[in-house]
Amino acid sequence: MAPSSTTQKVDAFAMMRQAAAGKKPSAAAEASPPKASGSGSSSKAANSGGPAVAPMFKPKGSGLGAGPKHVADVENQPWVEKYRPKNLEEVSAQDHTVQVLKKTLGNSNLPHMLFYGPPGTGKTSTILALCKQLFGPELFRSRVLELNASDERGISVVRDKIKNFAKTTVTTNHDPNYPAPPFKIIILDEADSMTQDAQSALRRIMESHSRITRFCLICNYVTRIIEPITSRCSKFRFKPLDVSSTELRLKEICLKENVDCPDDALRALIKTSDGDLRRAITYLQSASRLHSATTPPTPLTAISVQEIGGVVPDGVMAELAKALGVESGAEDVEMGEPSGRTVGAFETVQRAVEKVVREGYSATQVLTQLHDLLILDPLVSPRAKAKIALTLGETDKCLTDGADEELQLLNACAKIRKAVSEAA
Amino acid sequence: MSLLVDKWRPKTLDELAYHEDLSERLRALAQTDFPHTLFYGPSGAGKKTRIMCTLKELFGPGVDKLRIEQRTFLTPSKRKIEINVVQSNYHIELTPSDAGNWDRSVVQEVLKDIAQTQQVDLNAKKRFKVVIINEADLLSRDAQSALRRTMEKFTANLRVILCANSTSRIIGPIRSRCLLLRVGAPSEAEICKVLAYAAKKERLSLPEHVATLLARISQGNLRRALLSLEALHTQDPTFKTVSASHSLLTGTKQSASDLDSVPRPDWEKYAGRAAEKILGEQTPERLLEVRGMLYELLVHCIPAPLIISTISKRLMDRVDEEIKADVVYWAAFYEHRLRLGSKPIFHLEAFCARIMSVYKQHLLGIGFD
Repeated sequence: MAPSSTTQKVDAFAMMRQAAAGKKPSAAAEASPPKASGSGSSSKAANSGGPAVAPMFKPKGSGLGAGPKHVADVENQPWVEKYRPKNLEEVSAQDHTVQVLKKTLGNSNLPHMLFYGPPGTGKTSTILALCKQLFGPELFRSRVLELNASDERGISVVRDKIKNFAKTTVTTNHDPNYPAPPFKIIILDEADSMTQDAQSALRRIMESHSRITRFCLICNYVTRIIEPITSRCSKFRFKPLDVSSTELRLKEICLKENVDCPDDALRALIKTSDGDLRRAITYLQSASRLHSATTPPTPLTAISVQEIGGVVPDGVMAELAKALGVESGAEDVEMGEPSGRTVGAFETVQRAVEKVVREGYSATQVLTQLHDLLILDPLVSPRAKAKIALTLGETDKCLTDGADEELQLLNACAKIRKAVSEAA
Repeated sequence: MSLLVDKWRPKTLDELAYHEDLSERLRALAQTDFPHTLFYGPSGAGKKTRIMCTLKELFGPGVDKLRIEQRTFLTPSKRKIEINVVQSNYHIELTPSDAGNWDRSVVQEVLKDIAQTQQVDLNAKKRFKVVIINEADLLSRDAQSALRRTMEKFTANLRVILCANSTSRIIGPIRSRCLLLRVGAPSEAEICKVLAYAAKKERLSLPEHVATLLARISQGNLRRALLSLEALHTQDPTFKTVSASHSLLTGTKQSASDLDSVPRPDWEKYAGRAAEKILGEQTPERLLEVRGMLYELLVHCIPAPLIISTISKRLMDRVDEEIKADVVYWAAFYEHRLRLGSKPIFHLEAFCARIMSVYKQHLLGIGFD
């Protein structure tokens, strides 16, 4: 909402807004005071002038940020927000879901929905884009309620806020450019962190107000949503993004932001982000910040992308693998001879682990990479692999419980070492 | 008179002695738009020092004017909790894990506060304020998920700097919203350099082998190296007790007496003695003795996981190659149990008993399954 003092940014901002709303921005918005978003009145003034930029923020005060809307300056805005899809066409790679939802745009009928899938696959973006297309910027605030885990969401909120919003009748006057079907949408983001009780309290509300209200629940794990809720919703699964669509999207952003991103850096981005587009975009932004901050600006490198992603460099992993008796890629057999546990074998492992821990890499990350390295290694015998997988699983569980990283990692490595040397 | 560690703590990014590339990055970031960041690395690697230097780079000398406040927060269940916060005009620093289960309310409250007030000082270099959250890896999941949307929404007024030992316990959504900055532990040479610098500033003559020894026993923890230097200096101003042929320096098999002669914190020596007792004799009577020592450590507020890892490290230095793996296994096993359980002494004692049994069986030549 706050146009910055630099004028060219304002232009870019206005263009973006134009795209968002499909309307010409009014002059009033451009001339709004340089420091908005601080006081309620000034941001309101800017509001009435131009269409809302980022209507994904909640209509009424909901726990946090009641009152004025807090929207970052466009230059500070995370790219994840900036490049959120504005309409359903822009949603990457979720063809099936998009197809189904597009139909609803035409006949203005919508079921209750449950979106599930791993993080960064576009669940929130899809529903926000759908809402925008359904209601347009004017009605958005009164027709959509978005609640997420940042907001207090116990049973009392379900009983009061959600119920009250669900009860209110919808107004009929609306922008003729949008279908604006006669119902409201309540988006419950991160619904799997809602308590069981709160979820049960939803059940009746969902049914009794279904004439004028639709629910959209978003979660990572569908198993954490209670059965009565899932049976009331039509489910949409969001799958991790494939390489090509991630690449397409990243390239598009690079072009718009003037980021010099060579192919190897792009590949590293896609690999570290693991199908999570949000992560890929955030890493891209962080990396470009680092590289544009130096004088003169340098193109992104795969190494800096990996560092930002917290990935342990291949060299360090190779060293660790060597200490474990697995020479990745090499035709190494002599490490696994009967005298596998020679004197000092344990100490080599201990040293290697100590080194990794001291460098500050996180143990879970090391485990993940060890997993990739060992399980995919054709030279490790299946029996050893089974043992290694077991060890990795156990260690991961212990780490999740909060156990000491160094001890756990050392134990896991000692066991892997044993498994490898025994099997050969 | 302040401690060496605090007295010669670097105040600006230029003074930092190692990780030059990281300092360079931080300087560059401070010039432009500063993102949310997450500093992680082992303790004593200099995370906090780097954060403070970055703040200075961001806001200038104003960040040194600190005030300590006690703030009261009201939990949803109407309970009052008090938390100490350190703040300047530009930043606020808090350790929400102090609040235990209520950390979520604290995080929400503080961030909301900061996010809704703009920087009033017109001379401020940046328009945002910084919230530093210490021990972010001890934040509960609830508190962390409360952070996620807030971090995105309030970027105009607020930057979050998280400080954690490891990213394992930071939930994915937070990690993907932050710029991760790894602060690795300094190498031995780097520690020696810093020790020499501090010694020079204090006008001490520090022999090289003592510096190396201190660096080696500090295990990459610079804070600990500096503290041990100071402790050693008060005990023995001329550093005569440390001989140049110390077994840790020459790399030969370590003897028990040499392990004790190096300057270590008292509790560590005590834990070491407990380990020696375990190896000395494996009987119920000895177990009782060790149990007494464990209690002694616990009542001196040494955290139980630290006791296990210290004892096991000592054991690993001393036992034969064949059972080292077993020692680690049981240490990891009981340390995990310890975190899940509620009474530490059970697990500590079980660990000692288990090690005794393993060791005895090894000595008698009975195969241990």
